[in-house]
Amino acid sequence: MGWSIAARLGGTLLLAATALAAPPSGALAQDGPVMKRIAETKTLNIGHRDASPPLSYVGQDGKAQGYSIDICLKIAEAAKEELKLDKLEVKFIPLTPQTRIPLLTAGTVDIICESSTHTLGRSRQVSFLNTTFLTGSKLLVRKNSGIKRIEDLTGKVLVAALGGTNERAAQVEIDKKGIKIKGGEIVKVKDNAQAMLNMEQGRADAFTSDDVVLFGLASLAKNPAEWEVVGPYFSYDPYGMIIPRNNDDWRLLGNKTITMLVRSGELHAIYKKWFEPGPSNINYPMSERLRENLELIALPD
Amino acid sequence: MGSYRWNWPILLADPYYGWIVSGFGNTCLIAVLAWSIAFPLGSAIGIARTTELRPLRLVGTIYVEVFRNIPLLAQMFLWYFVVPELLPQDWGHWVKRDMPYPQFLTSVLCLGLYTASRVAEQVRSGLEAIPRGQHHAGLAMGLTPAQVYRYVRLPVAYRIIIPSLTSDFLGVFKNSSLALTIGVLELTSQARQIEEYTFAAFEAFATATLLYCAVTGIVILAMRQVERRTRIPGTIAIGAQ
Amino acid sequence: MGGGFDFAVLIRNAPFLWGGMVLTLQLTALAVTGGLALGLVLAVLRLSRIPFAPALVAGYVNFLRSMPLILAIFWFYTLIPKLTGQSVSSFYSVLIAFILFEAAYYSEIIRAGISSVRRGQIAAALALGLSNAQAMRYVVLPQAIRNMIPVLLTQSIVMLQDTSLVYVVGLRDFLTTADIVAGRDSRPVELYMFVALTFLVVCFSASRLVNRLRRRYAL
Repeated sequence: MGWSIAARLGGTLLLAATALAAPPSGALAQDGPVMKRIAETKTLNIGHRDASPPLSYVGQDGKAQGYSIDICLKIAEAAKEELKLDKLEVKFIPLTPQTRIPLLTAGTVDIICESSTHTLGRSRQVSFLNTTFLTGSKLLVRKNSGIKRIEDLTGKVLVAALGGTNERAAQVEIDKKGIKIKGGEIVKVKDNAQAMLNMEQGRADAFTSDDVVLFGLASLAKNPAEWEVVGPYFSYDPYGMIIPRNNDDWRLLGNKTITMLVRSGELHAIYKKWFEPGPSNINYPMSERLRENLELIALPD
Repeated sequence: MGSYRWNWPILLADPYYGWIVSGFGNTCLIAVLAWSIAFPLGSAIGIARTTELRPLRLVGTIYVEVFRNIPLLAQMFLWYFVVPELLPQDWGHWVKRDMPYPQFLTSVLCLGLYTASRVAEQVRSGLEAIPRGQHHAGLAMGLTPAQVYRYVRLPVAYRIIIPSLTSDFLGVFKNSSLALTIGVLELTSQARQIEEYTFAAFEAFATATLLYCAVTGIVILAMRQVERRTRIPGTIAIGAQ
Repeated sequence: MGGGFDFAVLIRNAPFLWGGMVLTLQLTALAVTGGLALGLVLAVLRLSRIPFAPALVAGYVNFLRSMPLILAIFWFYTLIPKLTGQSVSSFYSVLIAFILFEAAYYSEIIRAGISSVRRGQIAAALALGLSNAQAMRYVVLPQAIRNMIPVLLTQSIVMLQDTSLVYVVGLRDFLTTADIVAGRDSRPVELYMFVALTFLVVCFSASRLVNRLRRRYAL
């Protein structure tokens, strides 16, 4: 019995590998399966994160919520209207960095609403909707640390969450400017919460992440007044919702919804609800850059 | 899976290949170092639990109950974040600021102490599986209790528990993946990092799986030879002959 | 560390944490039961003289023992829908992964226990006219099981703790819920201490109970 499962598993892996390695035939003419699937099942599966407040997280009531989630719910409404469905059930599926791509490409989730930076490397594998949030890498430090910019990190410990774009950007900056940080490399920890704990305990002197994340963590810290976010941006991180590649109709519907939200001012209202000051008191007013970006993506009809 | 784009060559591309190699090296190093704590310590505690001395037994029991009953993930965290806070201030400061390779050493220590509790249980159950008569026979022949352990009970006990000790060694190897929670860049965290950079999830995790399987496969094959050679004559045969 | 402990955070999040605990206990109970049953069958097959059975079982056991559980869960979750052609809920996919995975470990422990029983006992049982199955059932297993109970218990405790790995498929067990709260409310020390103590109490009581039973039914 064991072998038959193992053999089938192996066989499936091989089959899958060969089938998927083959070039997509006739992919040009047809649109992807997401819209069709939504119409048939009358269900939209939204992928979310457990702990990326205030963009995508699980509240104390155990429900998915946040800025990205609210935007995705608007896209769900638009899908219901576009497909003329009498009802559309929205299901929330919690994702982890390990499962999000397998589940998106397997069709278990139709759209991922979290806090992911749109990058070229990732675009090889998935599609991003238009940028709905803009942030960038900065440093979180203790107010009395004397650190004002990345150049001040000589001999200091810098911590970052594993695999984020921030750690990469910080490394580039450190190499470029020849800054000698303590230990020779950035300490990479499991997630932002762990990085913050390293800071609280004095193991690290600076923590780099998207500034919105840093503001959020500082606002939740035991003593928010102890912390400040410093430095000029050393990377820009545009966030967008993620959908499977080759689903032009679905992508168009998503982008159109975002455009309509910008034009009607609803998007700004959603922003205000989550960020000014927001449930976690993050108090992160919309930047000029994001305001301009939103105007730019609100394409004419 | 229809829209997944395979991209195996990315694993050989510049930074990613080096990440896998260094992650794999760290995983092996953590496992070997942790085992070199776990095996002697676990053996000592396992033996302590079978002696006639009550205080020794008590210490052994407390050790095993505490270390095996708290999830490794939580222990990792307690060692890294909570213990330095409980030390005298100078020591705590040294651990937090001046100790070299803090994440690596903490994870080795944590994994070693955790696994010792499991090794101790194996050793104890091996010792208890031996009929008491052998112990008494050894004493009757004029051996000291220490000699009875050294020449009679332990050689038999270790041979009985080889399969479960193998499991525990593999456990250390695989559990080393939890070191990523405190910031050690071992195999699983490097796979995760590659996934974050490229979204090539299947390739990254398949490579990690294959590397784990390769090492454990080699260990299992080697231990099976050991098991066969050290089989105790007269006990029920092990596996296919 | 400054700021002191904030135990109210535990009370505020009690229902959420309890939900995680329920999942952990359910998963453990089902996986230990299924894993023990399958593990016993595998161990007996491995020690049997049925053609090919020992080699097949050895292959199965070694295959699963080679893989970190976290990766096994990930692969089962992403591949089961491909194998069966229908989507399986995360809970069941994880449960199947745990049963198949734990069975490999249990079978090794049971095999070691059976192997430690002296061969003469089987010969004696057969000479008394018992069948192979009866010799196994009435002579070998009762002795073997008593020898291996401590290790089986340890493995089950490990299994209980391993449920925390279900976070890779987005399920929320006890440790994962605590981790979520720790991150969201920035109270990791309280939450992790709470998790450690809870596990210590639960697992310790379980091991006391098993020891009592063992002593009561000792020969």
